[in-house]
Amino acid sequence: MNRALRAAVVLGAGLLAALLVAAILALPVPAVRLPALVAAHLPASGVTHPVTAVLLNFRGYDTLLEVAVLALALVGLLAQSPPRELTHAPSPGEPVLPLLARVLVPFLILSAGYLLWAGAHRPGGAFQAGAVLAAAAVVLHLARLWPAWDRPGRGLRLGLVGGLLLFLAVAAALLAGGTLLRYPPQLAGTLILLIEIGLTVSLGLLLAGLFLFLAEPRSL
Amino acid sequence: MMSLTFDLLLGVALLWSAWHTLATADLIRAVVSFIVFGLLMVLAWARLDAPDIALAEAAIGAGLTGALLLDSVGHLRARRRPGDNG
Repeated sequence: MNRALRAAVVLGAGLLAALLVAAILALPVPAVRLPALVAAHLPASGVTHPVTAVLLNFRGYDTLLEVAVLALALVGLLAQSPPRELTHAPSPGEPVLPLLARVLVPFLILSAGYLLWAGAHRPGGAFQAGAVLAAAAVVLHLARLWPAWDRPGRGLRLGLVGGLLLFLAVAAALLAGGTLLRYPPQLAGTLILLIEIGLTVSLGLLLAGLFLFLAEPRSL
Repeated sequence: MMSLTFDLLLGVALLWSAWHTLATADLIRAVVSFIVFGLLMVLAWARLDAPDIALAEAAIGAGLTGALLLDSVGHLRARRRPGDNG
């Protein structure tokens, strides 16, 4: 690339950045005070942590679609990857990594359980817990204790979409009330916990799947 | 005063690691800089009183994405190696 073109690209990018900053500074102050609104309705949400209340109750619709997007991404990945031969006999190559993985993974699973439970009243929740579960699966794979995944069988498929299906089932059951995902206040806490448990398992499998379906069978 | 110094250092380190990620020619270095950027970002979110995002960034941004990118670099290298020899 010649010097003039590079200078033009840098100038253009700088100009765009300056325009974006100017646009953000020119935004009017929002008329609705969202934090105050959330704080006012927190007692009716079934949880005491405002972020979880927004994600699973006030804006549950967004979270539902987010999970659907993740599931779609994995379906795309599976549709596109060719069938392959997998070696199903993991054998450790070196002693240190498998030992570390064996020590770490139980703690990771424990942390995931804690994050899931903590989500109701402090930072945590299904996404974080699922990501920690997926990280545990990746650690096991990298330590060569767990083989890469083949085409998903019936059980794995159910696990991958189970959280989404549970979320959809709750949404459908509540549709009788007229609005999507408006939990009755006395049931809200239980329903949110139920959905979060399903989401944790499914998100863990989905995120791990993004890694383990792609991982090539290693030369063990 | 202490926290202002820390925030400034954090900001500079973020910009530095972001620049390093984009500017380096070595893929492994770029990925490692990206992971460092993610971990610094965790600190930045924690400083901004957003522990929820900090947790998600640590687990997904730095952890899973880093592992995916490192794995991809490994595959690229393994694919390139037979070509180099023959």
